[in-house]
Amino acid sequence: MSEVQYMAAKTVKEAVKMMQAAKGKGWILAGGTDLLVQMKSGLRSPGVIIDVKHIPEMTTVVEKKGSFTIGAATPAAVLGENKKLKKAWPGVIEAANLIGSTQVQGRASMGGNLCNASPAADSVPALVAAGCIVNVQGPKGKRSVPIEKFNSGPGKTTLKNGEIVVSLTLPARPKSSSDAYRRLIPRTEMDIAVVGMGVSLTMKGDTVADARVGLGAVAPTVLRVARAEKALIGSKLDDKALEAAAAACSAACKPIDDKRGTIKYRTKIAGVLLKRVALIARDRVKGIEHHMHDSWA
Amino acid sequence: MSNAKYKWIGTRPDRPDGADKVTGRARFGADFNLPGQLVGKVLRSPHAHAEIRSIDTSKAEALPGVKAVVTAKDFPEQANLIVPTGEMQVNLRDVTRNIMAREKALYEGHPVAAVAAVSEAVARQALALIKVDYKVLPHVIDVLDAMKPNAPVLHDGMMTEGANPPATKASNIAKRIEFKKGDAAAGFAQADVVIERDFSTQAVHQGYIEPHAALASASEDGQVQVWSTTQGHFQVRGFCARLLNIETSQIRVTPTEIGGGFGGKTVVYLEPLAIRLSQKAGKPVKMTMTREEVFRASGPAPGGNVYVKIGATKDGRIVAGECIVKMQAGAFPGSPVGPACMCSFACYDIDNLYIEGFDVVSNRPKVAAYRAPGAPISAWAVESAIDMLAQRLNMDPIDLRLKNAARKGTKTAYGVTFNTIGMVETLEAAKNSPHYKTPVKPGYARGVAAGFWFNVGADSSAAAHVGEDGSVTVISGNPDIGGSRASLALMAAEELGVDYDKVRPVIADTASIGFNFVTGGSRVTFATGLAVVNSVRDLIRELKVRAAKIWKVDPEAVIWENGMAKPAGSNVGDFKPLSIAELAAQAGRTGGPINGHAQLNVTGAGPGFGVHIVDLKVDRDTGCVSIGRYTAAQDVGTAIHPSYVEGQLQGGAVQGIGWALNEEYIYNKRGRLDNPGFLDYRMPVASDLPMIETILVEVPNPTHPYGVRGVGEVPIVPPTAAIGNAIARNTGVRLVDLPMSPPKISEALDAAAPRMAAE
Amino acid sequence: MAKIHVNTTINGSPTEFLCDANQTLLDVLRDTLGLTGSKEGCGSGDCGACSVTVNGRLCCSCLILAPEAEGQKIETIEGMADGDKLHPLQKKFVEMAALQCGICTPGFLVASRALLAKNPNPTETEVRYWLAGNLCRCTGYDKIISAVLDVAAEMREGAK
Repeated sequence: MSEVQYMAAKTVKEAVKMMQAAKGKGWILAGGTDLLVQMKSGLRSPGVIIDVKHIPEMTTVVEKKGSFTIGAATPAAVLGENKKLKKAWPGVIEAANLIGSTQVQGRASMGGNLCNASPAADSVPALVAAGCIVNVQGPKGKRSVPIEKFNSGPGKTTLKNGEIVVSLTLPARPKSSSDAYRRLIPRTEMDIAVVGMGVSLTMKGDTVADARVGLGAVAPTVLRVARAEKALIGSKLDDKALEAAAAACSAACKPIDDKRGTIKYRTKIAGVLLKRVALIARDRVKGIEHHMHDSWA
Repeated sequence: MSNAKYKWIGTRPDRPDGADKVTGRARFGADFNLPGQLVGKVLRSPHAHAEIRSIDTSKAEALPGVKAVVTAKDFPEQANLIVPTGEMQVNLRDVTRNIMAREKALYEGHPVAAVAAVSEAVARQALALIKVDYKVLPHVIDVLDAMKPNAPVLHDGMMTEGANPPATKASNIAKRIEFKKGDAAAGFAQADVVIERDFSTQAVHQGYIEPHAALASASEDGQVQVWSTTQGHFQVRGFCARLLNIETSQIRVTPTEIGGGFGGKTVVYLEPLAIRLSQKAGKPVKMTMTREEVFRASGPAPGGNVYVKIGATKDGRIVAGECIVKMQAGAFPGSPVGPACMCSFACYDIDNLYIEGFDVVSNRPKVAAYRAPGAPISAWAVESAIDMLAQRLNMDPIDLRLKNAARKGTKTAYGVTFNTIGMVETLEAAKNSPHYKTPVKPGYARGVAAGFWFNVGADSSAAAHVGEDGSVTVISGNPDIGGSRASLALMAAEELGVDYDKVRPVIADTASIGFNFVTGGSRVTFATGLAVVNSVRDLIRELKVRAAKIWKVDPEAVIWENGMAKPAGSNVGDFKPLSIAELAAQAGRTGGPINGHAQLNVTGAGPGFGVHIVDLKVDRDTGCVSIGRYTAAQDVGTAIHPSYVEGQLQGGAVQGIGWALNEEYIYNKRGRLDNPGFLDYRMPVASDLPMIETILVEVPNPTHPYGVRGVGEVPIVPPTAAIGNAIARNTGVRLVDLPMSPPKISEALDAAAPRMAAE
Repeated sequence: MAKIHVNTTINGSPTEFLCDANQTLLDVLRDTLGLTGSKEGCGSGDCGACSVTVNGRLCCSCLILAPEAEGQKIETIEGMADGDKLHPLQKKFVEMAALQCGICTPGFLVASRALLAKNPNPTETEVRYWLAGNLCRCTGYDKIISAVLDVAAEMREGAK
C-alpha cells in the first residue's frame, strides 16, 4: 500500500525540518515534472513529499545590483517572462525554456532540473557557463557551492541529509557580456539533449575578454571545459580559436552509447555546438539575435 | 472545393460528433465506468524468451481486495485455425497464447497472469505476489539473426511453409511465399542498367494517443457486455466468443469512441482477460494499458530487410524487377509479408517480376496491422531503387515513373488486372503541382516517391429508420476513427435528397446492427458507405410504396426526387408531392414503421496510388533534417468530405515522415525494449513539420455509386523513400537503413567524406 | 493512511475532494470528479492529452499531485464552452476538421487557448513550438495549426 505522505512547507526552515524528520525518505517537490514520472515508473519511492512551492523565497526572483537570485522552485515559464533576467542572461533563460514542453515549463524549475542530476539537464550547462552559485540550506545552516561542483554523478547531488537547494545566484555581469545555449536533439522539441552547450562571453571590442563553457549530456555530470575557455579567451573567435575550443570540448567528453546517441556522435557534436554557440553569444553582445527556431544552416 | 455533380457530396459540413469531441463530452475507452467495477491489471514477462515452468497465484488470490486471478488455464486451448482480422490473418492457437502465455513467454511484456481487485494499488500488490518460475532461454530479436541456422527457435515444430526445398527441421521461418510474372532472369539480361541494393527498416508503432482500454461485465446467466476502444467491435465479439467458448449472441460489444487505431486496434488484448476476470469475480472489470504496456505488448508494425533489383533499358523502360522481403512477425507467425510483396511493384507496368517473401518469428511482440501493412517496407526499398535509376539515367523521377506507370489493364505480380486506376493522373497532378513547379530553394533538395494500396471491401450492414417527425437515423456498425460519420451522413443525404442536418448517423453495438467487418482497410467510406446508400435506397423503395398506398396507385408510378415522393408523370394523377415527414405521419395507416436495411460483402474497392514530393535540407555537421515543403498527391475516387480526405493524406504522410526520420523500436542486449514511451519513441511533433499540401485527384471508382475509393492507407507508403531520395540528392549519400536519424545520417556523411572529397 | 482533503476551484466552481498523496490531478479529475475530458495518453508529460491550466498557466495534469491543487484555480476542457456556446477555438476545430479521432483535441484546445491568451498574434512557427508538447497522430497537425491561426486572426479582428 502506498503510504507516501504529502506536506507543504511555508518557510525554508520548515522544509528543512520536514526533510530531517523524514530520515532520508523525504523528497522535495518543486515542479514535479521529474519526480512524478519517476514515482510512476518506480524509480523513486518517496516516503514523504515536501512541497516547497508555497515558500516565497523559493519561487521569486530578486535582483540586486545586477546579480540575480532565482528561487529554486520558480517555474521556467515564469523565468521566461522576467524581462530583466532575460536581458542579462538570454542563454540561461533559453536553456530553462527548453526543459520539456510548454506544459512542462509551466511547472519545471531550474532547482529541480539541477537536483534531478541528469547528465543531460538543459539548464545546467547554461548555469555553469553563467558561473551560477547554488545556495543550500540545511540543519547545520546555509552554504553556497559553485554549480559545477554540485552534482557528483547521474542522479546524485552533494546535498547532505536534510539539505535543500533554496536558490541559484547569477553574478552581476560586466558590460559587453552575453550567453547562449543550444542543444542537439533528433526532433525540434521534446527530446532529452544528446549534447547541451552553454557559452558565456565577455567581449572587449572584437576580442574575448572572458569565457565560460558548460557542456552537458556527454559525461556523468555537466562539465565546465576550462581548456575550451582558454582557447577562446584573448581570441577574436576566429576559425583557429574556435577549432581549438571545439577540439577541447570533444576531448573533454566521456559520453556513453545509448538510445539517444553514440559516443562518436556526441563527441563530434560537442565540437560542432561549441563553434555555433560561441558565435551566437558573441553576436548577442553585438545586439544581433539568433532565434532558437531558426534552422541551423 | 465542392463537387459540381452533387448537392452534398464534396461539401465540408461540421461532423455530427463535433460538439462532443471538442468539449470533452465524447467518451473514449477509459471514460466508461460501471458501479462496483474492479480494476484489472496484467502481470507481464520480464524475459524475452523463457519457459514457464509454473505459476503460483495463491498469495495473490489470498490478498484482501483481490476478487479474481486468471492465467492460461482459464482459457480453453484453441485449434490451429486461421481467421481474418482487419487486413491480416491470425491463428487462434496463437491468439490465445498471445493474450495469455501458455508454455512459454515469447517476448518481454508477454502476459502471464491477470488480476482484478478493488483498486489499482491492490491490483499492483497482487501482481507482485504472483510467483512465476521461468527458465530463461536464449532469445533472438533481429530477423536476419532469427533466420540463421543456429538461432534460438521459438516454436518447436515450426517448419517453413512453402520452403523450397521443403524444410526438414524447425526454424523461425514460418512461411515462404513467391510471386512471379514473366521471366525475371531473361528480363534482367535485356537491361542496359541494373540497380540492386539491400535495405532495412525497424519496427515502428502505430502511435495512437489513446492506450487500449476495455470494460467487461459478465452476468450470472452467461451474458456478457463489453465496452472496448476498438476498430471492430464485431471482431472483438468474435474473438472473445472463441477464446472463451461463449456464443456470439451472448456477448454484446459496444464500441467506445476510439482515440486512434491505424490497424493496431483490430485485435484483442484486454477484452478476453477482462471478461474472464469479470466472470470469476461477479463484478465488472475495467482494464487499461499504460503507455509502456502499449509499446511493449500491443502489436507494432514489423521491420524487415528488403533486397531490390531493377533493370531498365537506357530509355527508362523498366524490364525486370526483383524483390526479396524478410519480415518480422514478432513472437507468432503472421507478418504482412504477403501485402509487402504484392505491393512492391504494383505502381508499375513491368513484364518480368520475381518477388519472394519470408515471415520470420523472433522474441518481440506479435505484429499487428499498421496502415497499409507491409507496403511501406517494400516501398522504402523499391521507390529508393527507382530513384537511383532516375539518377543513373539522368531522368526526372516523375517522368521515369510515368514511363512505367500501371494503367487500366496492367496485370500485377499477384495476378489481378487493374480496372480504372489513377496512377498516371496522380503522377501528372504531382508534376503539375505548385510545389513541383517551384524551383528548389538553395541548400535544399527534392525527393519524389510513389505508393500503392489495394483497399478492401468486405462485410457491412446498415439500416435507415424514419422517426415520427420525418427525421432520418442511419445506423451502421463501424467505429468512427477519422470522421466517417460525416461521410456516411453526406452520402445518405445525397441519396435521400434531404439536408445533411436531417440525417443522424449512429454507430450501433453488436446486438443492434448486423455484422460489420472492422474499420480498417480503407473500407468504411467505400463499403459501409455503400451499405448505407443501399439501406437508404431500400428506405426510399418503402417510402414510395407508402406514397403509392396513400395515392392508391401502383408503386412503380411513384418517383423519389429532392426528398419527396412524386407521381411519375401527370398521367398518374394530380398528387401533391409528399415529404418524409408527411409520409411518417401516416406510417401507422400505411403499413407501420418505415425502415430500410442493407447488408453486403463487397469487392471492387479500387486500389489507390499516391505520389509525394518533399523538399528538405540536411545539416551536414549534425545530420539533422529540416523539411521545407511537403506535398501529397493521391487518387481519392470521389472526395465525399474533402476535409477528412485531406486529413487522411496529411496524417498518413506525417506518420511516414516519423517512420523515415526517427521512429524505431530499440532493444537492448537482454531483449528488452529500451524506449517504451513517447520521450524516446520519437513521433513527429508540430514543430518538426511544415504544412502538408494535398492534391486530391478524383478518378471515380466505377464500382461505387458515388465513385468512392479507399484513401486512408496509401498516404503512409511513399514518405520514407521520398525523404530518403531527397536526402540522397541533398548530400550525395544514399541511406538504406531506416530510420534516418541524425546520428545515422552524420555517420553516413562522415563515412562518405573521403570518397566525396576525391570526386 | 488518511485521505487528504483538498479545496480548490475547477472551471470557476469551488470544488472539494478527498485524495491519496500520490494520486495525480488527472486521476482525480477523471476518477473522482467525473471530468473525463482530460485524457491519459502517456502519464509522463510527453503527450499533452491531459493539459489543463493552473492559475492560467498551461500544465500537464498528470504531472501534478492532487494535493497540489489546494487553493489553485484549475481550468479544464469542460470549462471552455460558455454554457452551450462553443469557444471560437472549439467551433473552428470542428469547421476546419482539425480533429479526426478527437482524443488529443481537448489537450490541443486548452493549450491553444493558453497560447492566444498570452500571445494574440503568434506566427505559424510560434504556434507549432507552443503546441510541440501536444501529440497528434491522426492529423499531421496541419489543420490544427491553421485553425489556431485563423481564430487568432478572428479574435484580433473582434477585439478591434
